[in-house]
Amino acid sequence: MNMMSEAAVEKALDKKMNDMSYKMIGSDVSVYYGEKRALFDVNLNVRENTVTALIGPSGCGKSTFLRTLNRMNDTIEGCRVTGKITLDGDDVYDKEIDVVELRARVGMVFQKPNPFPKSIYENIAYGPRIHGLARNKADMDQIVEASLQRAGLWTEVKDRLHEGGTGLSGGQQQRLCIARAVAVSPEVILMDEPCSALDPIATAKVEELIHELRANYTIVIVTHSMQQAARVSQRTAMFHLGQLVEENDTDKMFTNPDDQRTQDYIMGRFG
Amino acid sequence: MVSTHILSAYDEELKYLNRRISEMGGLAEQMCGDAVRALVNSDTALAQKIISDDVILDHAEREIQDKAIVTIARRQPVAADLREIIGTLRIAADLERVGDLGKNTAKRVIAVQGTGVPRKLARGLEHLSELALVQLKDVLDVFASRSAEKAEIIRQRDEEIDAMYTSLFRELLTYMMEDPRNITSCTHLLFCAKNIERIGDHATNIAETIYYIKTGAQLEGERPKDDTANTVGALVE
Repeated sequence: MNMMSEAAVEKALDKKMNDMSYKMIGSDVSVYYGEKRALFDVNLNVRENTVTALIGPSGCGKSTFLRTLNRMNDTIEGCRVTGKITLDGDDVYDKEIDVVELRARVGMVFQKPNPFPKSIYENIAYGPRIHGLARNKADMDQIVEASLQRAGLWTEVKDRLHEGGTGLSGGQQQRLCIARAVAVSPEVILMDEPCSALDPIATAKVEELIHELRANYTIVIVTHSMQQAARVSQRTAMFHLGQLVEENDTDKMFTNPDDQRTQDYIMGRFG
Repeated sequence: MVSTHILSAYDEELKYLNRRISEMGGLAEQMCGDAVRALVNSDTALAQKIISDDVILDHAEREIQDKAIVTIARRQPVAADLREIIGTLRIAADLERVGDLGKNTAKRVIAVQGTGVPRKLARGLEHLSELALVQLKDVLDVFASRSAEKAEIIRQRDEEIDAMYTSLFRELLTYMMEDPRNITSCTHLLFCAKNIERIGDHATNIAETIYYIKTGAQLEGERPKDDTANTVGALVE
């Protein structure tokens, strides 16, 4: 792809983003862990084909919010979610909804790369198989290759698809996990500090990947690295003490944020 | 500054940049004031001192640049911090130019030395330079206080200097027409007047930069201008 067309693609994506097509809408979302309230009436909408970064100090609720988007909180004992979250208008917390199917539509990548103790091929094929996405071996081969291509890992692993996924480097493992998330054709990908265990080169590769994935997916990323949020996202949301403090264009957020708490946090100042 | 950084060394670096800007400002102000004094009094010794002082100002600008670049590389500043550092770079460049204008005026002291400066013109130049220097001094005070409102007020005031410059321009033309022997010295004085007028422009730049540092927004709209010297020729046909 040459520079011009890449710029044109970016422009088209930005336009799409600014058309305010919200992929997910969170209204008055509160989360309780037993008696303790972790999130206070958060109203945050996730735009389509956009990388939204969630930032804030530890314990601010950013990961908690991320996990409400595909009901990962369901697995936590005593966790209760109130308010409403929709995915393309469908209520995520509707009793009728199939959580397994929801998590195929809203995939997740975790802080520590967690490939299955199986081959690279099997790591990718697992999801499509349980969701019945491939009719035969050729179909599956195709999904595995396309997913690895998308994750920028294909050329590095194409000759050792049947070796263990855990034998890869940390950065490769993380991209394998992204390929695994991509394999089930999700609409939204959630990432919880996907680069915190990676070195700067591997981080750059994952960030480049996030940038490319934006064309086909909606991405929400939790990060502790201000620079990473600034580098990869178009929208940034700042959380503090369980509240959404500010949500803004990333450009604005890192040059002239509206809220004093955002200002103090991103500049590394005492509030 | 309301709050301090968790990393105290970062605060030290920003304070250093601030201090150096104030120093540069003080020196630039003094050089320009002295340049007009040297011109009016035909004081070539003072003119020489100004010319050599310019080196200090150039050096200070380079040091500010180096420190700012290191700070950007090490701290990766964002928001108000980033605006502060970028603003510092711009202000340092403006002050360096102000010094050059003072130096250029000082060089002309030597050229007009023999002929002397007519009393009336000297007063005009002194008045112009007073206006420009007040502008410069005030803008440096605003840099210390970081008041966006005051920065905006200073930007409005540049009009006065422009008007004064235009009237001086006319006067110099009149002198030249009266007696062609005045042309050499009057041309030098014209450049001096222009230099001083430009100092006002740099003060205005600095005011705009301070406004940006403080608010993150650029001052909208054209600068108020009353510099009609570029059309004066049309009147003396």
